[in-house]
Amino acid sequence: MAADNAQPQGIEVEALVREFKKGPRAVDGIDLRVEPGEIYGFLGPNGAGKSTTVLMLTTLLPPTAGSARVAGFDIVSEGPRVRSAIGAALQEAALDPLLSGSEHMRLQTSLHGIPKGEREARGAELLERVGLSEAADRKVGGYSGGMKRRLDLALALVHRPRILFLDEPTTGLDIQSRTALWEEVARLAGEDGVTVFLTTQYLEEADALANRVGIIDHGKIVAEGTPAALKAEIGRPTVEAVPRDPGDQERTVAVLSRFGELAGAAPKGAAVRLAGGESQLAEVVRALDAEGIAIEHLQLHAPSLDDVFLTKTGRSLEGAAAEEAEDEEAAAEEAGVA
Amino acid sequence: MSSGLRTQVGQLAHRSILRTLRQPAQIVPALIFPLFLLAVNSGGLKDATNLPGFPTDSYLTFALAVPFMQGALFSVMNAGTDLARDIETGFLNRLALTPLRGAALLSGLLAGAVVLGVVQAVVYLSVGLIAGAELAAGPAGVLVIVALSVSITVAFGSIGLFAALRTGNGEAVQSLFPVFFVFLFLSSMALPLELIQTDWYRAIATANPVSYLLQAFRSLLIEGWDIGELALGFGIAAALLAIGMWAAAAALKTRLVRT
Repeated sequence: MAADNAQPQGIEVEALVREFKKGPRAVDGIDLRVEPGEIYGFLGPNGAGKSTTVLMLTTLLPPTAGSARVAGFDIVSEGPRVRSAIGAALQEAALDPLLSGSEHMRLQTSLHGIPKGEREARGAELLERVGLSEAADRKVGGYSGGMKRRLDLALALVHRPRILFLDEPTTGLDIQSRTALWEEVARLAGEDGVTVFLTTQYLEEADALANRVGIIDHGKIVAEGTPAALKAEIGRPTVEAVPRDPGDQERTVAVLSRFGELAGAAPKGAAVRLAGGESQLAEVVRALDAEGIAIEHLQLHAPSLDDVFLTKTGRSLEGAAAEEAEDEEAAAEEAGVA
Repeated sequence: MSSGLRTQVGQLAHRSILRTLRQPAQIVPALIFPLFLLAVNSGGLKDATNLPGFPTDSYLTFALAVPFMQGALFSVMNAGTDLARDIETGFLNRLALTPLRGAALLSGLLAGAVVLGVVQAVVYLSVGLIAGAELAAGPAGVLVIVALSVSITVAFGSIGLFAALRTGNGEAVQSLFPVFFVFLFLSSMALPLELIQTDWYRAIATANPVSYLLQAFRSLLIEGWDIGELALGFGIAAALLAIGMWAAAAALKTRLVRT
């Protein structure tokens, strides 16, 4: 069923909460707004609450509290209308290994009520678009990870949705497949005006694709804005120094701490956010030299989304991922979703 | 049935049939294992025909009813594990995002069981007749045997769907197989009810609906046309299907919590 174009096409979320009996509050009162045609990157480590948010916004999991409107429809009281307006490629391509790509398209177009005369053409068009025409008649069990993801994306588009949810669409893909998918997503938003809600744990993905980014940690949004604005908010570059002699680490920390706020994530040395900007680098080198500390490695980092995450949560994304993976498993188990 | 619902059922049935036909590991054991047991039982228990009151002098004809029941038990496993895999892989979530209706999903999923039921019935009956079994009901009986086999296979398949939706786990569904086999063994599988000498065994077999499903097949093979036996067989299959589908529909509602 075609969605009504007169309706608002974005996503509005207010104080959305999802609690699980055996687990923590997976989503803890988030507010966000995604404008029509925007690519919104939802960035966070495993278990931060990204997938639970997507499941609620796609109507597959009722929220415990709060509200959300997707394409102008309430996710609780207007589930079928939400579903008719959205497409979704959820975590790990959910495909039938015994069916071919074109059989998947046939099933999906039929279930979405595409008229019989248009199904074949629509399926072929989408398979062509994602570069799977040649593999259309092969069983999906023989597809590579990238091909499965592209088919997953094509299946999400059969009914021409106005909003597309992509839950970690490039996890586990090689660089080439990842780039191809990024190009397709950018094209969907740029040329077709599709609103994209994209969850990812890859900083570069959010940086490359998203118009705006929301960073979620422990179920709460800790930062939101354009990637450039978020990095500008942090503003200062970080310098990381690793002493040649591990015994000099404490002295290195002491020297660097004179130049600004210490940043974590430098296990063998020290890292500091330079209060005076990158012009202080020369002073740092002189100070270390004056203390007689031989340096093995010195690096200046421009602010990244990881720095944003670090500043807002006190942890790096990688460290947070390992810590929260267990919570995610418990939540998914209770939600009964793969 | 509306055209939309018809399309949904048709497409899911098509998928279910394709899946069944593309998994020889589902079809072959369901054909070989019951025929193997038929060969063993009809060879080892043929002297049972000497018991006074045994309904036929061909134990093969008597035992030929059993493969149909064993085949139906395989459909519990096949239909259930297919659906459990859909749950585990997230394919059910993909379906849940379409305007798919629950009734279409369950009906469509059983289409594979229908195909399996037909194939099983034709193979069991053909092998049995070639080996020397009798079919008292004649050629028309073949159609009724196939229909009964499909009915029972679909009924048992619906129980597989329920188990899959409740557990969401293929291994849990497969663990039901031995449980159902116990039901088969505690029936009139090896002897007619009236010839079972052990009281507790006879009592259980008499209460066990499987005995009457077996008797429906045997009536066609041994006696000819016994409308009462057939009505009871088809009635039990229908009741099992109704219970299985009701339970599966309730479990689907819990499993698919879409708003």
